[in-house]
Amino acid sequence: MNNYDVIVIGGGVVGGMILRELTRYELKVLMVEKNCDVAMGQSKANSGIVHAGFDAETGTNKAKFNVLGANMMQEVCEELGVNYKNNGSLVVAFSKEDIKTLKVLLKRGKKNGVKNLKIIAKKELKALEPNISDDALGALYAKSACIVCPYSLTIASIGNAMDNGADLLVDFDTVKVERDGEYTKLTASDGREVLGKIIINSAGAGAESIANLFGDYSFKTGLRRGEYMLLDRESGNLVNHTLFFTPSAKGKGVLVTQTVDGNILLGPTSVEDGNPIPETTDEGFAFIKEKASQMCKSVPYYNVITSFAGNRAFCDRHDFIIEESKAYKGLINLAGIESPGLTSAPAIAKYVVNEMVLKIKYAYVNHYFIRKRYSIDNLFQKPFKELTIEEKNFVIKKDKNYGKIICRCEGITEGEIRNAIRQNPPARTVDGVKLRTRAGMGRCQGGFCQSRIVEILAEENGVSVLEITKNGKGSEILVEEGK
Amino acid sequence: MRNIDLAIIGGGPAGLAAAISAYDNGIKNIVIFEREDKLGGILNQCIHNGFGLTRFKESLTGPEYANRFIDGVLERIIEVLKETTVLEITKDKLITAINSEDGVFQVEAKAIILAMGCRERSKGALNIAGTRPAGIFSAGTAQKYVNIKGYMPGKKVVILGSGDIGLIMARRMTLEGAEVKAVFELMPYSSGLKRNIAQCLDDFNIPLYLSHTITKIEGKERVTGIVVSEVDENKKPIKGTEKHFDCDTVLFSVGLIPENELSKTASVELSPRSKGAIVDETRETNVSGIFACGNVLQVHDLVDFVSEEAEIAGKSASNYILNGKENSETVSVKEGKNVLYVLPQKLNVNADNTKIFFRVTNTLKDVTIKAESGGEVIFSRKKKVAVPGEMETVLLSKEKISALKGEVVISAEVE
Repeated sequence: MNNYDVIVIGGGVVGGMILRELTRYELKVLMVEKNCDVAMGQSKANSGIVHAGFDAETGTNKAKFNVLGANMMQEVCEELGVNYKNNGSLVVAFSKEDIKTLKVLLKRGKKNGVKNLKIIAKKELKALEPNISDDALGALYAKSACIVCPYSLTIASIGNAMDNGADLLVDFDTVKVERDGEYTKLTASDGREVLGKIIINSAGAGAESIANLFGDYSFKTGLRRGEYMLLDRESGNLVNHTLFFTPSAKGKGVLVTQTVDGNILLGPTSVEDGNPIPETTDEGFAFIKEKASQMCKSVPYYNVITSFAGNRAFCDRHDFIIEESKAYKGLINLAGIESPGLTSAPAIAKYVVNEMVLKIKYAYVNHYFIRKRYSIDNLFQKPFKELTIEEKNFVIKKDKNYGKIICRCEGITEGEIRNAIRQNPPARTVDGVKLRTRAGMGRCQGGFCQSRIVEILAEENGVSVLEITKNGKGSEILVEEGK
Repeated sequence: MRNIDLAIIGGGPAGLAAAISAYDNGIKNIVIFEREDKLGGILNQCIHNGFGLTRFKESLTGPEYANRFIDGVLERIIEVLKETTVLEITKDKLITAINSEDGVFQVEAKAIILAMGCRERSKGALNIAGTRPAGIFSAGTAQKYVNIKGYMPGKKVVILGSGDIGLIMARRMTLEGAEVKAVFELMPYSSGLKRNIAQCLDDFNIPLYLSHTITKIEGKERVTGIVVSEVDENKKPIKGTEKHFDCDTVLFSVGLIPENELSKTASVELSPRSKGAIVDETRETNVSGIFACGNVLQVHDLVDFVSEEAEIAGKSASNYILNGKENSETVSVKEGKNVLYVLPQKLNVNADNTKIFFRVTNTLKDVTIKAESGGEVIFSRKKKVAVPGEMETVLLSKEKISALKGEVVISAEVE
């Protein structure tokens, strides 16, 4: 029953893409995730940029998988029904020194195989970005850069893998590992046990401690905190492209970008202070504002609708680790998948499955593999609000819940919320519904719709509203019945 | 497509009063669009009393106040589309709406009254450092959980913001058995009504910390505590004044924002000061035949004033439908010294006696409220105290308005 060919540890975008790729073959696969839902780590709180591929040094895993992944991303998103936008990116120069760096990046980009890359002068930059600071001198323009919603991509890839037969266990915090014949037995903190022939460690921030359970101490990881501020869609036209500062010894710095959903994202900070809790700080807000105001004229900070922080793991080798463990046969480690990890994920997945998993355990192609994932009724891949009036009425006729708007800010219907709770991977929490549907992500931040979403979650799961959590045990929304 | 005379967007206190007023002024073909499953709007969750003191000279609960108007709508057999959300309004007064029965449908109206009300400013807008655990609610959301759904959102509570909803919820949570530890207010004064400070905080010994704000939220799964700091005159936290409070719940009552997303789709011009539409004394917006009233136009202190304003809009809309638009000259009304916003922002020179509403920017003592036009003082009144939390008025007579030569400036000057 709980014997698998492959077990993927960690429900982030790398694990998710691998899980989906595995289901293209006749393999019995399982994902275990320690949180109550997938996409709860660095795949949730990042910039959502599909990088063109000029940042990483030629010859590194980062450079290789970035360019390969960027080329795959559009097709993957179309198959999975994930929002994707080719907005292009601009690395903006503010000094002569910066211009020199742009030339280095241009050369490196060409070497890495990036197409449509050029340096533009101030005038052209102004035309592309009317709100850019007057101090900007020019930019490296990468037409191929894109934006994508990182958690939607993660959730959709895992959902599609589950539609193709993969299993998912959440709240499965792996604490013990032991050999059991040709299998490896993983034991969770609550005593659940699963067996797998090949184990893929894509545990993100937890990759080092998972490797340690296998007796593999070959790499070390650290945490870097990134804080963000998000602006209302009303300010969505502040910038058209993704704007980066020219990288210096201090890293890539704060970016200003549109999101696929039309908001403006400012951030991230980059702090290594050993704090494992992803929390925002006053210093972080001040830093983001200072940087964003250097990049753009009159940033509408009054339109901030929320701020958040995320931890990302980097490793001591400063490149992606994608390799079979030397310490434990049958363990594949994926660690230090920091930026451009999101971009690289589809290519990493292909490589891991084709070049590593199938070499260890050959499998036939799954001829029943379903490439597409639908959000509404096995018919539409778009959110309800993007359908035509005729399409909307067709959907409402079949299911009246699509005629009830629950989240007024984002225009999300009861039908979409119920679908998110029923579809793979099922939403079980208020945050789970939010990440899957955008209900509660708008300008009122759930003020109006949260109570209804709690009720729908309780109804669909057949439990009391008192059991409904924000994002897992201990985060119950309500504490008791009223007097 | 269906054609109607008057569409009213929102079945809360503003929409209800506007519908009754339009009906009584001769318009029978009216449809009220209401997104919830019942009429009354936010009044349904305001189960405390104190409503209607001005209008009915008695103290009613929110639902009681709403029911007087709901009965009025029912008696007149005015059509109500419940659980129906309006998705878009065009400036040609074409309304696109959605519900479960009719799907997505369109209605064309001769006139529209915008009565969508307001929403609470969320915690997210404040850039408070820390984590994002469970236990953070806007005061209105908590009120809905307690009063409508019958559940407690927390036991050890702190509240940021001493507006009326924050004050009312301090009392409500206490009565429901929660421990309300404190109310914090960024400003050096409360924007709530004086009677609410006495009845909701003082009577329950809940401390009010003025010039304080929350600077950090702690807790991984659920809120475990907060840090508050005193703020200086620029509302910036003062280092070294941090205090820690243990709590499992933080309620935010940090301002109301008119909900004008639909107004924007109809190209209605908004005032950056009031955050509502720019209107003349009839409550007509810049788009001919589109009127606005209630909290979508300006955030009122009392529902009694919402009803009064809605009646103006209802009457004006019926006038517009029956008699067409009168093209008269207008003068603008502008904000002068110490005035945050004025309403209406335009006056037709043939207007009747008109009340001009405004709010002051900060607490003022021994103040002279003045209306000036063309270098002349046309209205003046002395007041002991004026506070931002209480709306002020200037009354201009028909004669004075018809004699206006240029724009009117409203100011509140301290000697």
